[in-house]
Amino acid sequence: MTHDDTIIEIKDLTTKMGGALVHKGLNLSIKRGEVLGIVGGSGTGKTTLMREILHLTKPVSGSIRVFGYEITTATPKVLLEIQKRWGVLFQSNALFSSLTLLENVMFPLKEHAHLSANTVRDLALLKILMAGLPLDSASKYPAELSGGMQKRGGLARAIALDPELLFLDEPTAGLDPNTATGFDELILNLQSTMGLTIVMVTHDLDSLWKVTNRVAFLGDGAVLGVEHMSTLVKNPNPLIQEFFGGQRGRAAEQGYSDENT
Amino acid sequence: MTAKSVIHYDSNTRQLVLRGDWEVSNLSHLQSILAITSLPETGDISFNGESIVKMDSAGAWLILQLQNRLDQKGIRVQQFHFSEEASKLIAIVNKKLAENSGMPAVKKPSLFAIIGYNSVTQLNELRNFLAFIGQLTYEAIRLVFHPSHWRWNSLSSVIYRTGFQGLPIIALLSFLIGVVLTYQMGLQLRNYGANIFIVDLLGLSVLREFAPLITAIMVSGRTGSAYTASIGMMKLNQEIDALNTMGVTPAELLIIPRIIGLFITLPLLTVWSDIFGVLGGMVMSNNMLGISWYDFLHRFPQTVPLRSFIIGIGKAPIFALLIASIGCFQGIQVKNSAESVGQNTTRSVVLAIFFIIVADAIFSVIFSKMKL
Repeated sequence: MTHDDTIIEIKDLTTKMGGALVHKGLNLSIKRGEVLGIVGGSGTGKTTLMREILHLTKPVSGSIRVFGYEITTATPKVLLEIQKRWGVLFQSNALFSSLTLLENVMFPLKEHAHLSANTVRDLALLKILMAGLPLDSASKYPAELSGGMQKRGGLARAIALDPELLFLDEPTAGLDPNTATGFDELILNLQSTMGLTIVMVTHDLDSLWKVTNRVAFLGDGAVLGVEHMSTLVKNPNPLIQEFFGGQRGRAAEQGYSDENT
Repeated sequence: MTAKSVIHYDSNTRQLVLRGDWEVSNLSHLQSILAITSLPETGDISFNGESIVKMDSAGAWLILQLQNRLDQKGIRVQQFHFSEEASKLIAIVNKKLAENSGMPAVKKPSLFAIIGYNSVTQLNELRNFLAFIGQLTYEAIRLVFHPSHWRWNSLSSVIYRTGFQGLPIIALLSFLIGVVLTYQMGLQLRNYGANIFIVDLLGLSVLREFAPLITAIMVSGRTGSAYTASIGMMKLNQEIDALNTMGVTPAELLIIPRIIGLFITLPLLTVWSDIFGVLGGMVMSNNMLGISWYDFLHRFPQTVPLRSFIIGIGKAPIFALLIASIGCFQGIQVKNSAESVGQNTTRSVVLAIFFIIVADAIFSVIFSKMKL
């Protein structure tokens, strides 16, 4: 496994939402094995960008290549091959409310990995444990789990097929700081053991400092900078300075540098 | 993979050589090969995974499962030759599997437990329904004394949606019912040359029974289900909770306007249905039985008493209360899942139609006792 090849390549992406241009010729490439954060102010099209990579929203023009396949014009067959190789954790978890947690995690395995029922069950239980959930949560319905546990459940389902690429949309939003920290560690842990490439949209400055290798800053319909956080915060672009220069931004930076000294 | 199998046991070096992709997409293939690979019955062996190209947690799980199986037979797996990444993954998976003490067994309830559980659930639902009605009554009385809390906007939009927008479908259905009734009864009456009596039969049956019943059933499908689904979604979305924290009761804003709205529209829709039911019958009697418009309209007021019309209309408000209260109650009872919205919507329609027919039967008994 070479570590410097590109897993996602976005070129000249243009998107219109409700008549307004969200992306004007956006370029971004994501390398295999990295954890890339996507940040930007509200309405800069972070989630839209992720939805476009996931083939849920169609861009006006431009190219998005995932695993070397052009996703905007992919045939259903190619798309299915790609879909088996990625996992997605949605902002609101999107766990199927009519299925238990175990059934939720078993779902992708049942659909795509022609395995015996026992194997599917054991693998799903393994994923639930890897996501840091207790075993007795497996037989519960999503509504019976706390917010943090639902996130972990969503993550367990996202990694059910051992994907190469994992998308996380606001993984720590709505979690208390303690749980959020635990979740950050879990993501790092999974990334290192399973060799995942992770793309995460987040506002959580602590996660950005702690988890990501590189951060792409979206603004004015383009990527204004893709660098490690420590370099990105020194970027003179006024939008970036405004975003990270606030009190909270500085506090997170301070906390990170304290940890590393 | 053609020349060398992905799993191969070398009996000279006592090594199990693993090759290729140990991934979830390949897992069933690996499992089937593993099942036919002959392994020694005694002694120690070692696993060699140096030529594994790719491994994920499913592959690691399979290797660990194999090791456990051998362990139980008394065969020790001495050594692993795996890449550093693979060993790390195996170690993690092993650690997690150690936590897997087996799922807590789910006890199957006995038949009596199921009957008991269902009875208690039904009784609880009845109690909740009574509490719901009680609370609504309280709220309604409170509203009488605080006319400023009346929601005229909600009320008028309910009347518009349940009444006005339902006019075309009710008209069409009633017209067809009138046609069908006339056709069936006309066939019999023609045998006796008693064509003109179609007016009596049609007038009585449509005004007393068919119009109120068909309208109520139609409305419970159109409106009762909509009440349940919309209130249920609001419940899921915590909108009901939000209202409660703002000092506006959901009953005042959502439920009472819906109930009063339907209370007003259903009798009106019934009149509408009366008109089209009779019209349908009139068109059919003209075509089939040769009764002229004049004869039909002349005989109608002479033989069909006003009483029939009033009894028909009089049932409508009761039906409206049934449909609206069941619809809203089932909406409020929705519990935290999309599935439950569907279930409760079904229940709302089935229960509403059930109680409409029960109520209609009770009315018939009462009216016959009263000789109306």
